[in-house]
Amino acid sequence: MPDKRRNYYLSAHTEINPRIMNETIQFNLNGESVRVTTDSDRLLLWVLRTDLGLTGTKYGCGEGICGACTVLINDEAVRSCITSLKEVENKKVVTIEGLAHNDKPNVLQQAFMDHDALQCGYCTPGMIMNATALLKHNPHPTREQIIAGMNDNLCRCGAHKRIMEAVETAAKETGGQ
Amino acid sequence: MKKEHIFDLDFTDIMDPKFDRRDFIRAAGGGIFIFMLLGHLPLEAQQESTARPQLPTDFNAFLRIGEDGRVSLFTGKIEMGQGVITSLAQMLADELDVELTTIDMVMGDTDLCPWDMGTFGSMSTRFFGPPLREAGAEGRHVLIQLAAEYLNVPAGELITVDGVVYNNHNKNQKVTYAQLAKGKAIGRHATGKVPVKTPDQFKVMGKSYNHQDAFVKVTGKAHYAGDIRLPGMLYAAVLRPPSHAANRTSLDLSEARKVNGAVVIHDNDLVAVLHELPDVAEETLTKIKATYDIPESDLNEKTIFDHLLRVAPAGEQIAKNGSQTVGTRLSATVVEKTYLDGYVAHAPIEPHTAVAHVEGDKATVWPSSQTPFRAKDEVAEALGLKAKNVRIISPFVGGGFGGKSRNLQVVEAARLSKLSGKPVMVAWTRGDEFFKDSFRPAAVVKIRSGIDKTGHLMLWNYDVYFAGQRGATHFYSIPNSLTVSRYPRWGEKSPHPFAVGAWRAPGNNTNTFARESHIDIMAAAAGIDPVEFRLQNLTDPKMTGVLKAAAKKFGWTPAKGPSGRGYGVALGIDAGTYVASMAEVEVDTKTGKIRVKRVLAAQDMGLAVNPEGSAIQMEGCITMGLGYALAEELHFKGGAVQDLNFDSYDIPRFSWLPEIETVIIDAKNDPPQGGGEPAIVTMGAVIANAVFDAVGARVLQMPLTPERVLEAMKEKG
Repeated sequence: MPDKRRNYYLSAHTEINPRIMNETIQFNLNGESVRVTTDSDRLLLWVLRTDLGLTGTKYGCGEGICGACTVLINDEAVRSCITSLKEVENKKVVTIEGLAHNDKPNVLQQAFMDHDALQCGYCTPGMIMNATALLKHNPHPTREQIIAGMNDNLCRCGAHKRIMEAVETAAKETGGQ
Repeated sequence: MKKEHIFDLDFTDIMDPKFDRRDFIRAAGGGIFIFMLLGHLPLEAQQESTARPQLPTDFNAFLRIGEDGRVSLFTGKIEMGQGVITSLAQMLADELDVELTTIDMVMGDTDLCPWDMGTFGSMSTRFFGPPLREAGAEGRHVLIQLAAEYLNVPAGELITVDGVVYNNHNKNQKVTYAQLAKGKAIGRHATGKVPVKTPDQFKVMGKSYNHQDAFVKVTGKAHYAGDIRLPGMLYAAVLRPPSHAANRTSLDLSEARKVNGAVVIHDNDLVAVLHELPDVAEETLTKIKATYDIPESDLNEKTIFDHLLRVAPAGEQIAKNGSQTVGTRLSATVVEKTYLDGYVAHAPIEPHTAVAHVEGDKATVWPSSQTPFRAKDEVAEALGLKAKNVRIISPFVGGGFGGKSRNLQVVEAARLSKLSGKPVMVAWTRGDEFFKDSFRPAAVVKIRSGIDKTGHLMLWNYDVYFAGQRGATHFYSIPNSLTVSRYPRWGEKSPHPFAVGAWRAPGNNTNTFARESHIDIMAAAAGIDPVEFRLQNLTDPKMTGVLKAAAKKFGWTPAKGPSGRGYGVALGIDAGTYVASMAEVEVDTKTGKIRVKRVLAAQDMGLAVNPEGSAIQMEGCITMGLGYALAEELHFKGGAVQDLNFDSYDIPRFSWLPEIETVIIDAKNDPPQGGGEPAIVTMGAVIANAVFDAVGARVLQMPLTPERVLEAMKEKG
């Protein structure tokens, strides 16, 4: 019986292969084409954080529950902790590092700063990525739609009120663009 | 404080730690240094520094005015979301007359910063604020003296503005702080004799500033312990037993050892797989076969309370006035109730993490820790190193709430680094976090109290089992009162099946739930509006003040409970701050589900250094407090923790969010008090009292799950 504490890799590996099968996976990462040669069953979160050195995407629960690892895959918010590398082959992946241009925060990031919509900041990248997808698909969300869209991203410090306000402000300013 | 200055950690330049002022001056570079000592050390810190003579007793933080005019504050405190990176800088900027952006915070580095007991108890601003301001004032005084000499103008005619000293009569005669610090290596002690600014002189304090660390946090640039990368670093996956009571009976590492690149470590209790990829380390760990002997246990979240009552030690009287016999005689109505509270997890979104690099007789560790200096000692002890050879460098901490005062992962990483000869990261999985974290202790509170015919409290008998003393004493005017706490003494056996520890406002959440629920019961028994009832039994003007402020903003109109409106009130004191909370709830009488529609908290916290920062902490307290009030309760069988992720352990979400309002009493002439914890203590009672007001049912156990609400409604009939 698998130990529930350790099952975050099980979604990609129902059976463990002693020989790592290396494959080269190509995808677009934050606007640039990248190729990663590794076991393509490995989870995107660890490939991003370890192989590619992009540590903005966070581990929080390993089971796709908390949303700290949220990235965009072809403009959809996806939990990278339960997504294998091969699933992003030839797709467009955007992480928190891909939002700011020349160290200038984008509208949503700026709204998070202006509203102090963070405390410890650990869930923040996932919140921002999830809200990015939300606004892409629904540029003028109602409050209820923001709540529904953000509800599966967890924050422990209790920054929810200001995150709501930040998303509302960003929506007003840009209409999600 | 420019963004790039906030996370300016140097991972390679490791110096010998020293406790001598001259060494700090040398280590930090030239400039003007002011050393400061916490004015009124809390007891724990006093005891700690007496017990360990090598600790600096004359200073525990210092500031430097550098040759570039930038000001650095060196403190062992850490930033975990509570915002001291901003509020401490504000105090210093104001006293020194520099812009907030010229201050760099150097936090939690045990080589660069003098000893500090840790970041907890809402103490950073409260205990550190006054000496910090004195040090700032002293620094400004030194600069004026130097400028008097430099400009040849009497000190009395000089003024300071934004890092420049001017001749008040001739603004062209000026010198910058940078010019004054140039080539200097001056060390001064804050004497406390230079007056600090009065509130009418504040330019930075009492004003709201955005979090100074926001930019790095919204761009993914902020580094937490898990983001540290060292050459050759291996990631660890650590074997956990199925229960805290389990004894391992067999261990087979052979399959794991076959995995390419995996380093399997077995050192007594510590079994781990190391690999250059964290996911492969985790995967390889599952190939380890271990069997365990697990003793039978009847303990679970239901039976724990009887167990606690059974094994409770003798009570310690912590407050007493009048006579219980007289109180009973004077009471027209006496009510006795028992309140229960289960185990609650800290569940920060960042699990405990640490990177350790042991090289020969030296170790450097980057941990997620609220207690870097404790971590330093623990590493030294575990590895048999001299404490001075261990350096802790604190990255940002992704939420602590008390749980990261305990550094088990730090010791794991240090041991594994020593055993493997490589830098090692231990990053607990979510399951590790739920299993290895300490929990807010389950507790029982028994209260017996009486009122006379006019609704005045005559009798109070309070007996708390295992929650602790914080918040156990009350602030009402009761002529006959006894408060007793039962808590295991140091070295006595713990009654709990796993570790318990401090959880945001430790003890006070449980105690305030019990006390304020009971006060509400007495108000209803007296047939008096719960706010009126509290006011007529209070004499403390501060508490009366916050209660009236809350009632005014909330729009509370007197009504005897249950009024059907679903309004609740609760009061509390924590970390020197007075809180009055009010809530409005809706209860689905079919399902028992509570919908919290509105929560207001008013607090008197003395000077609010960063009012917006204080409001953010209050909002955080209210939101996090919804969790323990409504849903959070750890399920377990003996030492086997059953909630191992957020699927079964539900924490507050966006959809739970009530309308939140905060009121901060203007008290800028009073010293600052705690801000990170107070507004959470009232959350259980304010909701329980609102539920009573809505449906007339009294829930005596937290969390107020739908089942418990339905049960209480049934009992009410």
